[in-house]
Amino acid sequence: MTNLVEVNNLKAWIGEQQILKGISLSVQHNDVLAIIGPSGCGKSTFIRCLNRLHEEIIGARVEGEVKILNENIYGSTVDPVRVRRQIGMVFQKPNPFPSLSIYDNVAIGLKLAGIRRKSALDEVVERSLKQAALWDEVKDKLRMPGTSLSGGQQQRLCIARALAVNPPILLMDEPTSALDPISKAKIETLLQDLKRYVTIIMVTHNMQQASRVSSKTAFFLLGELIEFGPTEQIFTQPKAKLTEDYITGRFG
Amino acid sequence: MKKKDKDFSDKIFYWILKILGYGTMVLLAALVVVLLKVSFPIFEKFGLKFFILNDWNPVTRVFGALPFIYGTVVTSLLAIVIAVPVSIGIALFVTEIANSKIKKILSFLVEMLAAIPSVVYGLWGLFVLVPWLRNSVEPFLGKYLGFIPLFYGAPYGVGVLAAGIILAIMIVPTVSSICREIFYSVPNLFREGALALGATHWEMMKLAVVKSSVSGIFGASILGLGRALGETMAVTMVIGNRPQISPSLFSPAQTLASLIANEYNEASNSSHLAALTAMGLVLLMVSLAVNTFAKIIQKRFQMRTGVGK
Repeated sequence: MTNLVEVNNLKAWIGEQQILKGISLSVQHNDVLAIIGPSGCGKSTFIRCLNRLHEEIIGARVEGEVKILNENIYGSTVDPVRVRRQIGMVFQKPNPFPSLSIYDNVAIGLKLAGIRRKSALDEVVERSLKQAALWDEVKDKLRMPGTSLSGGQQQRLCIARALAVNPPILLMDEPTSALDPISKAKIETLLQDLKRYVTIIMVTHNMQQASRVSSKTAFFLLGELIEFGPTEQIFTQPKAKLTEDYITGRFG
Repeated sequence: MKKKDKDFSDKIFYWILKILGYGTMVLLAALVVVLLKVSFPIFEKFGLKFFILNDWNPVTRVFGALPFIYGTVVTSLLAIVIAVPVSIGIALFVTEIANSKIKKILSFLVEMLAAIPSVVYGLWGLFVLVPWLRNSVEPFLGKYLGFIPLFYGAPYGVGVLAAGIILAIMIVPTVSSICREIFYSVPNLFREGALALGATHWEMMKLAVVKSSVSGIFGASILGLGRALGETMAVTMVIGNRPQISPSLFSPAQTLASLIANEYNEASNSSHLAALTAMGLVLLMVSLAVNTFAKIIQKRFQMRTGVGK
């Protein structure tokens, strides 16, 4: 079975500080990979390297190889814009564009890709909002600004926005950490559905969330990958002492 | 200090602030009262016709404000049309593209433009800008775009175009520094959101930075407009000072402010003086109206987008 994502010896810096110290792992189609670890361990930097967003920070640098569908996205001829178009990303805080309506927030990815046909956009907007379990709540007010929704709805809008371009991979950087418990539960339920369409790589602070949602788990500590394996194994029989200490709450 | 003393100094401070606060209102009211009082004979004689009369003749004592209102509005709008895109460009360059060293130098230089006295702009306008417009720009525009009324007529150099350009240069520092602050206040979350969707840097600036800042940019433009409406010295020096209404940007005109500056010292009779004061009143009203209008529009934008100042 071929790997959807294959990361080989990935290193990342911001200025002089090395954030990732040689990460290697691979992700298969329809995996849900949860990345856990204490603050500052490089979780977010890791997923930001997977769509080349890390390099947008001043002084940032990346070494190593990230293969997506067998293409190294850090190859010298690869355009980062094209990479990002194929990979969805949801951030810690909901960030719908304040100047755009709900409809346009979802359609913007397609518009950036040059698709203008109204019927195509209508179809994708409806499909994406349904996938993000938001359609029933917003179908009568698609022309309202995206920011008029509640925090949890805004985050689901951002998920719909990311799904609109039909990406094979969805990156999520602590997608529920800024939300209230009810919105959080809704998004977790949603993730169970989403794994049918898309491979999810998710950073989370929340151990229960990782164990409930993911099929694989990677434990990061100080820029190194300590352990990586099926979620069940990581949470019941971790191989490394550090992993056990972390998931049982002895540090972090 | 004893408690009682403290209470007392608090009270004094409270009264000082209160007087200062209400003082501004009294000042504005007093200004309006004086302007109304001095200009009253004009309104008595011409009534509302004063605003629509296209004639100004101190000798025959016929006074109409229309050409001056026209000159003021047209030069200021022209200035905004030129200055706003330039200011947005400067602000985007400083916040999104330039490295920290160039950022500092450029911000400093642009703000220095605001420190140059108006009369110096006027001199530069008269001896550099006007000859350039007269000899190169206006003949060129007239030759190729002369069929549009905007570019019709003899290239005088002095006129609406020269005044608009000078005003634009003068308000760029104000508008661009406000735009810069607004762009800085746009959360990085929007920029990264746009990039993650596969926006190029240019698309990201448009989508995440400029569009999120529409109400703020509008506010900045109105502040610029306010400054342009009242600007006197530089405009007086390059506008040609001829009270006429012509669609051409090349033709001389006159603004409310330049009229007052030109004629107040040698006002020949009391009705001439009253007419000039009425012009001051009109200028004040136009400025107040513009600013109020701006505030209303800005509120509406803010409600729509939830972002901006």
